[in-house]
Amino acid sequence: MFEIKNLNASIQDKQILKDFNLKVNPGEVHAIMGPNGSGKSTLAHVCAGREEYEISSGSVRLDGVNLLDLEPEERAVRGLFLAFQYPVEIPGVASMTFLKSALSAHYKFNGKKELTIPEFMKLIKEKSNSLNISDDMIKRPLNVGFSGGEKKRNEVLQMTLLEPKICILDETDSGLDIDALRLVANGVNLLRSKERSFVVITHYQRLLDYIEPDFVHIMADGKIIETGDKNLALDLEKTGYNDYIEKDI
Amino acid sequence: MPAIKETVEQVLDIDVDNYKYGWSTDLESERAPKGLSKDVIKFISNKKEEPEWMLEWRYDAYERFLTMKEPDWAKVSYPRMDLNDIYYYSAPKNTEGPESLDEIDPEILKTYEKLGIPLKEQEFLAGIKNNIAVDAVFDSVSVVTTFKDKLAEVGIIFCPISEAIKEHPDLVKKYISSVVPKSDNYYAALNSAVFTDGSFVYIPPNVRCPMELSTYFRINDVNTGQFERTLIIADKGSYVSYLEGCTAPKRDENQLHAAVVELVALEDAEIKYSTVQNWYPGNSEGIGGIYNFVTKRGDCRGDRSKISWTQVETGSAITWKYPSCILRGDGSSGEFYSIAISNAFQQIDSGTKMVHLGKNTKSKIISKGISAGKSSNAYRGLVSSHKKAENARNFTQCDSLLIGNNCSAHTVPYIESKNKSSIFEHEATTSKISDDQIFYCCQRGIGKEDAIALIVNGFCKEVLQKLPMEFAVEAQKLVGISLEGSVG
Ligand SMILES: Nc1ncnc2c1ncn2[C@@H]1O[C@H](COP(=O)(O)OP(=O)(O)OP(=O)(O)O)[C@@H](O)[C@H]1O
Ligand SMILES: [Mg+2]
Repeated sequence: MFEIKNLNASIQDKQILKDFNLKVNPGEVHAIMGPNGSGKSTLAHVCAGREEYEISSGSVRLDGVNLLDLEPEERAVRGLFLAFQYPVEIPGVASMTFLKSALSAHYKFNGKKELTIPEFMKLIKEKSNSLNISDDMIKRPLNVGFSGGEKKRNEVLQMTLLEPKICILDETDSGLDIDALRLVANGVNLLRSKERSFVVITHYQRLLDYIEPDFVHIMADGKIIETGDKNLALDLEKTGYNDYIEKDI
Repeated sequence: MPAIKETVEQVLDIDVDNYKYGWSTDLESERAPKGLSKDVIKFISNKKEEPEWMLEWRYDAYERFLTMKEPDWAKVSYPRMDLNDIYYYSAPKNTEGPESLDEIDPEILKTYEKLGIPLKEQEFLAGIKNNIAVDAVFDSVSVVTTFKDKLAEVGIIFCPISEAIKEHPDLVKKYISSVVPKSDNYYAALNSAVFTDGSFVYIPPNVRCPMELSTYFRINDVNTGQFERTLIIADKGSYVSYLEGCTAPKRDENQLHAAVVELVALEDAEIKYSTVQNWYPGNSEGIGGIYNFVTKRGDCRGDRSKISWTQVETGSAITWKYPSCILRGDGSSGEFYSIAISNAFQQIDSGTKMVHLGKNTKSKIISKGISAGKSSNAYRGLVSSHKKAENARNFTQCDSLLIGNNCSAHTVPYIESKNKSSIFEHEATTSKISDDQIFYCCQRGIGKEDAIALIVNGFCKEVLQKLPMEFAVEAQKLVGISLEGSVG
C-alpha cells in the first residue's frame, strides 16, 4: 500500500504541499488533476526523493516503509517509479545501456540473477515492440533528440521493464498524438494488476477514457480539495476548476 | 541538498584510500648519491654497464640541460622542485640483469601480482591474457621482460633499453633522439642525461607483432625520480600495438616522473601506442602525488605510415604531456585519442601536436576532458601544416565535462597553416553533469556514483573503444574509480 500523510514541503521558503494526504491501495488507479502550479509535479518529485525540497513534516509510506528516509535510488528499487513530465537527456549513454544498468540495480536489490545479454535483448525487443519503439531509438543516446512523444513512450518502456509497485505518471499523456496515446494507455493497462497501483497526473479527461481510474482527485494549492469517481473528470471538463476552488474557500 | 552542492563538499573529503595502488613494497634498494651531477650520471652509466659513447651522449645532454629553463607556459602551478633533492637512480638490490624469474626477489613478483600484472609466462599462456608481453620497470631498472624468446623467433626485439644499448647499439644510435632531440625541452634534456630504464622495441620489415607489447612502470622508492626512456621502431610494412601502465605508492612528498618516448614508423608501418596512466594523484588536500612531465613524440617517417596515441590519464598531481605526431611521410596519418580525468587538486595540461610536413597527410584528434573537485584540466593542441604539405587534413574534437562548480576546463587550440590547401576542422563543447541527470538515473535505481560513472563512460566511449580490447574494460572501471567521491 502507498500512503502519503500530512505532507508539507516547500522550496525556497515557498510552501507548495500543504498537509497533503493520499491513500492508494494495491491495484488502484488514482488520477490527480489540478491547475498549473498547484503542486502536482512537486508531489511526484518529493515522493521520488528530489533533494531541493524542504520537507517539514509528514510521511510517504510504501508497504509500511517511510520512503522519506531513503535515498532516491533505494526508493526506486523498492518499487516506486516516476514517469517524468520532462524526461532528461543523457548524451553518450545509449538507451540500451541505461536500461541495462537500471534493470541490474533492481535485480541486485531483489537478489535476482542478472540477465545474460541475449536474455536482456529479447526482453527489450518484446517490450519495445508493444510500444512501437524502434531498435534504432534504443540504440540512440537516452532521450537525446527524441521527440516529445518518443520521450514519453520511452518512460513507459522503462516502467514496463522495471515492474514497479507504485507508478507515478506525471503528464505522460501531454504531447502524445492519438495513436501514441493509445499505445501508452495500452502499455499502462497491460501493467495493471492486483498488486500494482498508479497515480496518474493529467490535465485531460481524454486519457481517463483509456485508463479508467478508480478515483479522481482535484488538487489545488498544495492539497486535494475534491475526490470522486471518473465522472468528476467529466464534470470538471465542463465547468473548469473555478467552481471547485471557490467552493473550497 | 542539491547533488552539485553536495559534490563540492564531498569532494573535499575524497579519501586518499580511493587510490588502490598506494601501498609500497619494503625492499633494500641501492641508490645513486642524492642530487644531479656529472658523477651521478657516470654512476648511472656504470650501473648499466654502458659503452663510452652513451656516457658521452649523456654528458652532452647534461651540458645542454644546464643552459635551459623550466617551462612556465603550461596552465599548472606548483612549487619548483629541488632537483638536487632527488635520487636519480634507485634499484632493488640483487635484481640487475636477472636471467629468469627465479632470480627475481619474490617481493617484487608479489608487487606485480598485487598490481594484477602476472609476470610468469605460463600464467599468461594458461590464463586469459595470453597475448601480452610485459616489460616490468621497477624504479630505475627493468626487472623482467616476458616472451622475449617467442618474439625473437619472428625477429622482434623487445627488451629493456639498457640492454638494447649494449646488444643493439647500431639501432639505438641510429634512432635515439632522432625524434625528440636532447635539447627539445627542459625535461627531455634532463631525461637524456639521467634516464635509467624503459623499453626498446624493434619490429622488422613486414612483421605484424603477434601479441600486445606492454610496459608497467612502478615507482616504489622514496624521493626518487623515474626517468624512463622508450624507443619503438616499426620498420617498413610492420605493425605493433604497445601499452604502458603506471602506478606509484602514496607519499606525502611529490615525486618526479620525466619520461621520453620516441616512436619511428617507416614506410607503411603502423604503431598504436596506448597509455593508462594512474600514478598516485595526491590526497584530498593536494598533498603528494607524481609530477608527470613527459615528452612523447612519434615520427611518421615513411610514406603511408601511421601512428596513433590513445591515452587514459587519471593519475598524477600534475600532468604535462603532449603526445605528438610528425607527419613527414607522404600520405601518413596521425591520431590522438585522449581521456583526461582530474579530481581533487589534480592539474592537467595535456594535448597533442600534429605537424603536417608531407603531402596528403591526415590527422585526427579526439580529446575528452573530465574535471571534478577543485581540479584544473586544460587541453592544449597544435595543428600545423608546412608549405609543402599539400592537402593536409585535420579534424579535432575537444569536449569537456564538468562535475561540480569548483573545477575548471580550458581549451587552447593553436592552428598554423602555411599551405592554402589545408583543411583543418575544430569542434569543441563544454557540458556539465546536471542534478537533473543524476536524479533521473537515481530514480531508475542507479546510485549516484554509478550514475556519474555511466555518464562519464558515455562521454568518453569513443576513446575507450580505441584501447586494445584487453584493457578497455579495466580502463572503463578506472574511469569510475577515479571519480569516486566526486558526488554526494
Ligand atoms: N525550483 C523552484 N523554485 C521556486 N519555485 C518552484 C520551483 N519548483 C517549483 N516551484 C513552484 O512550485 C509551484 C508548483 O509547481 P509544480 O511544478 O509542482 O506544479 P504543477 O502542478 O506540476 O504544474 P503544471 O500543471 O504546470 O505541471 C509552482 O508555483 C512553481 O513555480
Ligand atoms: Mg507538473
